[in-house]
Amino acid sequence: MTEHVVVVGGGMVAHRFVEALRARDTEGAYAVTVLAEEPRAPYDRVGLSAFFSGTAPEDLALGDPALWEDPLVALRLGDPATGLDRDARTVTTASGDAVGYDHLVLATGSYAWVPPLPGADLPGVFVYRTVEDVVALREWVQERAASLDRPVRGAVVGGGLLGLEAAGALTSLDVATTVVEFAPRLMALQVDEGGGQALRRIIEGLGVDVRTGAASEAVEPADDGTVGGLRLTGDDDPLPVDVVVVATGVRPRDELAAPAGLAVGPRGGVLVDEGCRTPDERVYAVGEVACIEGRCLGLVAPGYTMAEIAVDRLLGGDATFPGADLSTKLKLLGVDVASFGDAFATSPGALEIVHSDPVSGTYKKLVLSDDARVLLGGILVGDASSYASLRPMVGAELGDDPGLWLVPEGAGARPQTELPDAAQVCSCNGVSAGTIRASVVEDGCHDLPAVKACTRAGTSCGSCVPLVKKLMSVEMAKAGLTVSSAMCEHFAMARAELFNAVMVSGLRRWSEIVERFGTGRGCDICKPAVASILATLYNEHVLAEDRAALQDTNDRVMANMQKDGTYSVVPRVPGGEIRPEQLVLIGEVAQEFGLYTKITGGQRIDLFGARLEQLPAIWQRLVDGGLESGHAYGKALRTVKSCVGSSWCRYGVQDSVGMAVAMELRYRGLRSPHKLKLGVSGCARECAEARGKDVGLIATENGWNVYVGGNGGFTPRHAQLLVEDVDTESAVRIVDRYLMYYVRTADRLQRTAPWQEDHEGGLDRIREIVVDDALGIGADLDAQMARHVDSYEDEWAAVLRDPERLRQFSSFVNAPDTPDPTLAYVEERGQRRPATDEERAHGPVLIAPATLEVRS
Amino acid sequence: MTSVASSQTTVVDVCAYDRLTPDLGAAALVGDVQVALFRLPDGSVHALGNVCPFSGAAVMSRGITGTRGEVPTVASPVYKQVFSLLDGRCLDPMGMEPRPGRGQDLPVYPVRVNDGRVAIELVDGE
Repeated sequence: MTEHVVVVGGGMVAHRFVEALRARDTEGAYAVTVLAEEPRAPYDRVGLSAFFSGTAPEDLALGDPALWEDPLVALRLGDPATGLDRDARTVTTASGDAVGYDHLVLATGSYAWVPPLPGADLPGVFVYRTVEDVVALREWVQERAASLDRPVRGAVVGGGLLGLEAAGALTSLDVATTVVEFAPRLMALQVDEGGGQALRRIIEGLGVDVRTGAASEAVEPADDGTVGGLRLTGDDDPLPVDVVVVATGVRPRDELAAPAGLAVGPRGGVLVDEGCRTPDERVYAVGEVACIEGRCLGLVAPGYTMAEIAVDRLLGGDATFPGADLSTKLKLLGVDVASFGDAFATSPGALEIVHSDPVSGTYKKLVLSDDARVLLGGILVGDASSYASLRPMVGAELGDDPGLWLVPEGAGARPQTELPDAAQVCSCNGVSAGTIRASVVEDGCHDLPAVKACTRAGTSCGSCVPLVKKLMSVEMAKAGLTVSSAMCEHFAMARAELFNAVMVSGLRRWSEIVERFGTGRGCDICKPAVASILATLYNEHVLAEDRAALQDTNDRVMANMQKDGTYSVVPRVPGGEIRPEQLVLIGEVAQEFGLYTKITGGQRIDLFGARLEQLPAIWQRLVDGGLESGHAYGKALRTVKSCVGSSWCRYGVQDSVGMAVAMELRYRGLRSPHKLKLGVSGCARECAEARGKDVGLIATENGWNVYVGGNGGFTPRHAQLLVEDVDTESAVRIVDRYLMYYVRTADRLQRTAPWQEDHEGGLDRIREIVVDDALGIGADLDAQMARHVDSYEDEWAAVLRDPERLRQFSSFVNAPDTPDPTLAYVEERGQRRPATDEERAHGPVLIAPATLEVRS
Repeated sequence: MTSVASSQTTVVDVCAYDRLTPDLGAAALVGDVQVALFRLPDGSVHALGNVCPFSGAAVMSRGITGTRGEVPTVASPVYKQVFSLLDGRCLDPMGMEPRPGRGQDLPVYPVRVNDGRVAIELVDGE
């Protein structure tokens, strides 16, 4: 029988609980209802500050949204629990509903605690916890900036982790910011005196004022009743400010507990045992609201651990809390700060090695056992690149000269020490080095995506990914496996290397290329790849020279093969703009040849069911009417989607259709490692969904914002901002270079989003290369694109002019016009579709293709 | 169409040898049987069933030829299964099952090249 679990709270830990329960409860023993206070599905609260660098709230959503579609999962947004009756086993909600439970999981998290500060209720005082908080903060600052005739000034009360996050947010909104901290140093919980000083120097260098050892006394109103100043104890005058963010810590949301007779800890939090259970065996508490081992933990990693434990217990396991790992690594205001293990050297006899470099602005400290061999903890400020390798070493020997671990990564002197199997590599998901090794050796995971999928390591915050990759590579090398980039058995190199080899050699024939760079006679992997490379380099016809035999059937016949071996035909409709007479022509062709018609997602029309031998006649009609190949069959530019833009739309600020048509005509026929789709929106409303495209242009008042790396398909991604507010000419040049650089360097079938992620230095480096020309290859990329644009020809028209190539379009070499006798169709919604096996066997109506044709 | 009767097989003339392009397959209709013909760069001609066992579509002639080790192959253009041109064996089912009622291998037909003509042998009753 299905039992009902009610989760109170809809934050990150609640999400992890539901995700883990649904993953592990394969029997469907439990149905889950999540009662969330916030109006949106669980999101990455740790990543909240990304909102200020342009990440949309919906991009912060956690995990696969399909989780909330699971029939065993109900997510109730905006309806928080207000009462708990453990005798009746019900939770009442704000909407007055009583929800019964068999098991209850309290995952209410924390609230932002505001100290008793007079004036803290004035308009212009904010906390920093939810999406709604940051949206309101940004609106306030933007509104003040618009109405004041000077820069906005702000103060952050609290110089801890959250306070510095908030300071970063204000700075990004161009607010002149002061951080006020009561303790004598910043981030007093994570770093020591030396680390605090280094941090302060760096942050002041960024233009943020820092006041430590300062007590906030009151927020004072301005004449208009909004925030005007922040009074600090001992100062003559209040600090003049227009906005105040209070970030003085969080407190557990444990208000349901006491009235229901559940004990809370001395500083709040629902008391639980090491299995995350309250004395009521039906009630668990996990995450920040739980008081475990006598304290509440304000980090997400132990919260995730608790969620996993609660799931394990529900499923009959006996997992216990392993103790909290309070290690943190953050980037605050662009500054790396990390703290791990016994950072404050509280262990008896602990030794410290400190390396402080005021010039580079770094502070690094290792805490070692009394014999200076075993790593106990550490603090890293300014450069935390060694965090990923050091943190898992806690409890392990560092070798004879531990100080070498403090030299910058890549300096070469770093000792090669093996991580113990028990060392935790991914603290978000609790994955040990041993688990990662086992996934490589025992489960046959031989690339990073496989290891991540198998172990979940590196799937949350991602900070351990370099280490996971290293562990995987070492383990593969031990097993005699190479991390192979070989394309197939015929070419030992990856596509990007082969591209360069072909380009430099100047070879243009398959037989020469495979003889020079490969072995054997190729296969269906390397042959199309070589054809694509040659197409990019020389833009010759897909059937030129000996290339027909290299092409996938789609490219070979310039149409898309469907399940029954017939093809679909898509004429190009640049930007989705089409003249009525062309629309009529497409309709006529479909009628004449009896083709099934469907509008595509790329704003054009697909004609299905054309037989091989019919293709030239269909093209002839389309080409005669001024249409051309849409390359729907190629790993090539497909479409440039657009909204109607400023020519018709009331809101459009640029001519998005004109731009889309120009882009589509410019890049049509460009062969690439995977299909390419572009989009152009005429204003920020983004009706063309350009951020779902490999390249998306979004109009601004001044020009265009260029987004890159958006993909649909199996792993959808939003495109990332490459450049802002550029004029049309610059936008085109940047897109030229981006596309050509991608085409040159991406792996076979690698779409733009994973290419960007895998590119060394990521999008920032790609921006340096294509916008700032850091490699000096800009002119070369420009020239190659210019050659492409100049040498474009319509592939369909070219075949129609060539009797030799036309001969390839016969159904049978000994019966060129006889249709494939195996084809059979049935009618559905007024058009035809291929008959199923069953319909063929017992079929009511089978329509032979010949009878559908008007033309004989 | 010339048919030469022998004790068990029928030899059917299909096309001129020159009509076949190296590495580029072509389909032929022999009675009710669809055959995929492949002329390889070494001059040899191979004939297999044209119907892909995994999709049921008559498309094998439109697959990409190649090699696996020393074995000449063709890949189905529908779901990319690889077949030996020598004996029709499926070398890589790509994790799929053939369509109901079909084995995963392709039939092969002996090919004769004489006087610039290509003919294939069908066992009687096929």
